[in-house]
Amino acid sequence: MTALPVPYRVAGRRRETAQTVTLRLEPVGEALADFAPGQFAMVHCFGRGEIPLSVSSVQSTGGLAHTIRGVGAVSDGLCAARTGDVLGLRGPYGTSWELGRARGRDVLVVAGGIGLAPLRPLILSALAEPEAYGRVSVLVGARTPGDLIAREEMNRWRTACTGMVVDRPDASWRGDVGMVTQLLGRAPFDPGGTWAFVCGPEPMIRATARELAHRGVPKERIRVSLERSMRCATGTCGHCQLGPLLVCRDGPVLGWDRAERLLSVREL
Amino acid sequence: MTATVGPAVLDRDGLDALVSALASQGRTVVGPTVRDGAIVLAELTTAAQLPYGWGVELAAGRYRLVPREDGAAFAHSAGPQSWKSFLHPAREQLWSADRTPEGGLSFTPQEPEAPSYAFLGVRPCDLRAIAIQDRVLTGGRYEDTGYGMRRRRALLIAAECTEPGETCFCVSTGGGPAADAGYDLALTEVVDEDGHRFLVRVGSEEGARLLDLVPHRAADPATQSTARGAVDAARDRMGRELPAVDLRALLGGSLDAERWDDVAARCLTCGNCTMVCPTCFCVTTEEVTDLTGDHTERWQRWDSCFDLDFSHLHEGPVRNSGRSRYRQWLTHKLATWHDQFGSSGCVGCGRCIAWCPAGIDITEEVAALRAEAGTEAER
Repeated sequence: MTALPVPYRVAGRRRETAQTVTLRLEPVGEALADFAPGQFAMVHCFGRGEIPLSVSSVQSTGGLAHTIRGVGAVSDGLCAARTGDVLGLRGPYGTSWELGRARGRDVLVVAGGIGLAPLRPLILSALAEPEAYGRVSVLVGARTPGDLIAREEMNRWRTACTGMVVDRPDASWRGDVGMVTQLLGRAPFDPGGTWAFVCGPEPMIRATARELAHRGVPKERIRVSLERSMRCATGTCGHCQLGPLLVCRDGPVLGWDRAERLLSVREL
Repeated sequence: MTATVGPAVLDRDGLDALVSALASQGRTVVGPTVRDGAIVLAELTTAAQLPYGWGVELAAGRYRLVPREDGAAFAHSAGPQSWKSFLHPAREQLWSADRTPEGGLSFTPQEPEAPSYAFLGVRPCDLRAIAIQDRVLTGGRYEDTGYGMRRRRALLIAAECTEPGETCFCVSTGGGPAADAGYDLALTEVVDEDGHRFLVRVGSEEGARLLDLVPHRAADPATQSTARGAVDAARDRMGRELPAVDLRALLGGSLDAERWDDVAARCLTCGNCTMVCPTCFCVTTEEVTDLTGDHTERWQRWDSCFDLDFSHLHEGPVRNSGRSRYRQWLTHKLATWHDQFGSSGCVGCGRCIAWCPAGIDITEEVAALRAEAGTEAER
């Protein structure tokens, strides 16, 4: 472990859900190298510690955003950060979505809950160049309507298909109920000519990737983003092992051709 | 000055002079010495602190010192520590952060403590272990700077193995009792009617310069052949062995083996094996704040894949059961280490066997997995 965190100031803060906050960050001095969508930073909360967080926005100015769900001491501390507070960031680390490989093909994005956050910059890139890609579809599932992030923004996206589904609807919900996989039949894509990008809880990733493979999307083109405990992000702490992989180095984004077997072994 | 190239012989006084020469160069000399009923690695001020006249008796879950009549200094196998205690210390500060008056933060790297070590008496298994940690901690895209700095400054004086222990199995991991690479000097201890002496082979220019600073003589054929003979004999006296099969394939194909339940019933998940293992490198980090609340420090400390917290994600540990944690350790060591770092993670030093409070024997577990895989294949 070597790199020293670089100070970033919280330039904006938006509450996404009861548990989730998006922090817009600007470098105080020199910025880190550019992040590619799908890569992550180690984000330090003063006096609490450091956690890996994928970028949910990347600006050409060096600014970036992280969308954080409070589930522990560090993430709770980050969620409580206020505009003007300073955090420490290291990165960029890990593999990226590599959207460019999908040029000329249909792009299918499938997200579960906060898993939409790391996919957001990929969606914006794809929509910014409509002529470069085939049909772009975004399918999002969440536990409850209150767990859907970026709902208003999603309505503005000019996709071929945007689908939302919740598992536990409330009285206001008029949309679909169930799992995100049941929306797959609605999105227009040619399985053999599609790149799929999937992020969410592991059971959701597993179900989605299996269904996509079943429908004929080549496994190597089903890109999934994985999560493991991480302390260093530099391949030297051992925490993020998943069988032969170091997720910080060989991931977080990898193809279903490699991930399938590893995610099918319990407690690996 | 012309550096000595051919093998040489040091007597005990020569070894004393060697330790003094290293100390006078400003090096921190670390070697084996007797303390608390074990042979530990500690800073030495004189070669007289070496464990002359002590050997060890080893078994699964057992380690005892036994006196030796021949007075040998290096006729003992691996003790509870390995050189990682010095190169990759159990606790190390990484950096600190301070709040600035303007409401910002400043981050300060901790300059790694990097003494110039001279390790005296590094076993061939441990030479290989150091080379493995080199690949893990300095061979990737990011280097562990503290380790890298200490490692590059360290001088390694190997002691070839003439007295393997009952828990040793280096030969079956592709190693052996002879030091063949990665040392500055390699000693082979010889005690016979011609006296107590050390055959010295030079492995680097630094080693050659060092040898020239101490009284020595060119190696006579008798000492050379006795030394060779003792090391060759050690090769055939390994207490244990791993099955001679493709361990990477065996472990990779054994994720669902029933044997994991069997070993999990005995394993205490205490993590002793990971602490004594000379290649286990895993660390965690801790945040330490002072009373003012304006200063915080980031520390790294050894961690173990047997700890429940090791794989903790927000919804709990990924590896909840003892079965999955033992499987992780053994499969990583013998199989997925290849994928991650290009070699096996096991050198056959036997420490994990001797220091397991439940007496779990890695060679026995692998043999059982092998038997189970064989049975499956026959079905």
